[in-house]
Amino acid sequence: MNLIKLRKYWYILSLLVIVPGLISLGTRHMNYGIDFTGGSQLQIQFSQPVTDAEIRAVLVDQNLPSDSEIQMSGGNKATLIRTRALTDTEDANLTNALQQKLGAVPSSQSYEKVEPVITGALIRDAALALLIAFALMLVYIGIRFEFWFGLAAIIAIFHDILVTVGLASIFWLQIDSASVAAVLTIAAYSVHDTIVIFDRIRENVKQRKKGESLDELIHHSIMQTLARSINTVMTVIFCLLALIIFGGVTIRSFMIMLLIGVISGAYSSIFNASPLWFDFKRLRSEAATTR
Amino acid sequence: MAGKKQRRNTNRQQQKQKMPVSPQQEQKQATPDSPQPEPAAAGAANQQSSSKAPRPRPPVRRILSGRAVSPDAVEAAPGPVDQARAVSGATSGATGAGSGGAVSGGHGAGAARAAGGGTGFSGPGAPNRPQAKRLAINWADAGILAVIVLVIAAIVVFAAKPIASELQKQLGIDLQGGVSLTYKASPLSPDAPVTSDAMNALQNNFEKRVNGLGVTESDIRLIGGNQIQVELPGFKDPDQAVKTLGTIAKLEFKTADGTVVLTGADLKKAQAQINTSTNEPEVALTFNAAGTKIFAQVTAVNVGKQIGIYLDDKLLTNPVVKEAIPSGNAVISGGYKTLQDAQNDALLLNAGALPVQVQLLENTTVGPTLGKEELDRSLMAGVIGLGLVLLFMLFYYRAPGIVADLSLIVYGLIMAGVYLLFHVTLTLEGIAAFIISVGMAVDANILIYERLKEELRAGKTLRSSFDAGFRHAFRTILDCNVNTLIGACVLLYFTYTRPQTGIPGFAVTLIIGVALSLFTAITFTRLVLHLLVSSRLVLNPRWYGLRIKIAAALAKPAVLGGGERP
Repeated sequence: MNLIKLRKYWYILSLLVIVPGLISLGTRHMNYGIDFTGGSQLQIQFSQPVTDAEIRAVLVDQNLPSDSEIQMSGGNKATLIRTRALTDTEDANLTNALQQKLGAVPSSQSYEKVEPVITGALIRDAALALLIAFALMLVYIGIRFEFWFGLAAIIAIFHDILVTVGLASIFWLQIDSASVAAVLTIAAYSVHDTIVIFDRIRENVKQRKKGESLDELIHHSIMQTLARSINTVMTVIFCLLALIIFGGVTIRSFMIMLLIGVISGAYSSIFNASPLWFDFKRLRSEAATTR
Repeated sequence: MAGKKQRRNTNRQQQKQKMPVSPQQEQKQATPDSPQPEPAAAGAANQQSSSKAPRPRPPVRRILSGRAVSPDAVEAAPGPVDQARAVSGATSGATGAGSGGAVSGGHGAGAARAAGGGTGFSGPGAPNRPQAKRLAINWADAGILAVIVLVIAAIVVFAAKPIASELQKQLGIDLQGGVSLTYKASPLSPDAPVTSDAMNALQNNFEKRVNGLGVTESDIRLIGGNQIQVELPGFKDPDQAVKTLGTIAKLEFKTADGTVVLTGADLKKAQAQINTSTNEPEVALTFNAAGTKIFAQVTAVNVGKQIGIYLDDKLLTNPVVKEAIPSGNAVISGGYKTLQDAQNDALLLNAGALPVQVQLLENTTVGPTLGKEELDRSLMAGVIGLGLVLLFMLFYYRAPGIVADLSLIVYGLIMAGVYLLFHVTLTLEGIAAFIISVGMAVDANILIYERLKEELRAGKTLRSSFDAGFRHAFRTILDCNVNTLIGACVLLYFTYTRPQTGIPGFAVTLIIGVALSLFTAITFTRLVLHLLVSSRLVLNPRWYGLRIKIAAALAKPAVLGGGERP
């Protein structure tokens, strides 16, 4: 088996994840949280389990939108209510009602009210930050390795971002401004993974034997670093899973996005970045021979 | 023992730093060199050695570990070789050393190199008794190693609690409860734009008001050009905070015809009190020198007329002037239900009016119990996640896994130190970033150990494997960490100007984590791993994470060789 010879399938596999994600993004966008839409978010705990319907009844009682989002957790003893921006009186009334009717615990609640941010500006700034990161990485990799490695690494990062954002749309993960930071973190992690493999290719190219084809060389390089690639991503996954399962609710969607990105990053480093570099090299040498 | 001699040669050619060799070992190296293609060359580059291989075995080569494994390595029998030898050592005593030589002689270069791993006699099949004489543990290095381990253990045992309780003081709103308010400033009037001076004045004003609230600690910082974030850890009354901070508190004295005669700028002091005769709360005002003069004039001119006192264009009281007041004292009365209300206005008046209009962008209030719960959950997640990483490293990499775990503990301690030193606020995101950074920090260790294993599989001695492995891995670690740093720095730049993301803490932790993991990898991990190798406490490559299966596959020829010995 030669991973590089099979690269067509790896590209197709990536597209199979990315394309549905893009379709989902185009048709139903993303699940924007109150950071983007503005609104109030109330996190509250109860002394005994309550139901979604009971909370909704209280909301309707308070003349609040019945389509407010209610998320139960902690064995139905905790809830997160997301609704339109409440006035101070509305907030106080709702909290009182929840305490009196459903036994909400006064000290274990959090309240967050956010004015809508200008989504366009946030996304534009994030894109700008990414472009800056890409440019800097391209320069560094160009100096330490070569330009085509840099380009392949950046395409791999872009792949991971598309996968993460697309899957976030498909799974309807809540997007807040922390999610934007998650995407930037994924970029930083993904390049880390890719460089390890590129480093090995660079080393093996220097010691290349006669008759060894480039795809074999890349394949060997990937296989040599495979244990490391798997082990590293495993340790990060251990940590992320622990945070997702046992950690706080407020950063869960942030962590899930990171998990998707990290797995995608490990995949793209092995199955996209190196094959892409091979293709760049191949196309260039073909161009050189036809000239 | 030819193998040992070869190993030493290899070392000398490869490394500049001094590697202690025990005298016992030197004595044994009288055995003549076996004829073999220079192992030193193999030390320099596995690929070369594989191309020079006297007996290539292509099928085995792939299965074992891809390209890096030279066919020689097949004969290099790390694990069971020493079992075989240990047995021979046990039966024939001192001649055991000679039998080792026979093994390498019979199998050329590979076995000789394997001796680097095999000389330890520390395999499972080798009880301590017979090795006592020739085990050649470097007690000096082993001692240093033991001291390091003990020191770390002592720090963990004795410093963990104080560190934790100190860190507890640096918990963010999300973990200890409290109120966080983010305001956006806009001009009060078109001719008064929001300048940095205005923002600084706003910050000062907020500080005065917050102090008036009676909070024990607060953090007020400007974000970007026109935003300000106020954090009140442990504060429970968001409504009170919103009311106190969001009010402009523009005080005006107006005559009956609407002319503004005095403003809050003319005020020296405001104080809430209970009027002794009416028993109602009121605010007593004292003007400064200029204000007193104006007030005296204004009251003299307006005897018998009303002077309205307005706060943010809301009429508080509208008393009739009975006589000129030269003392510079006035009272706002009649409008307050409780002393608390009067106190609040006095507080606002003392702090002065806001220089800009403020709009509340974000109001986050976390109840103390919820904060505690989030903290407990994060800590539990941390313990489980980190525990899994530590166990994984231990079981997968064995002896170096212990080094990795020690490195991670040191990494965690330094990180805690950095947090304490720079008073980094511990937020949910910050803790998450720390836990993730540990996962990433461990990567430096993984890179080194994987490389070490490769070199061992290629048939190098433990020491030259350590040197070559570390050298190769270091370059990789440097290159990928620089790129991660680039990403993390851009992330910091992005979050720094955006309070809503709430996670500059995440970016900072990530940056410190990446830089620190690089540092611990090239200092601590290197030192301890070096001591482990040079102390010769653990020499069997199997304890460096080589798989038993491979070791067994590698072992066959050597075992046979052992049987053929004279």
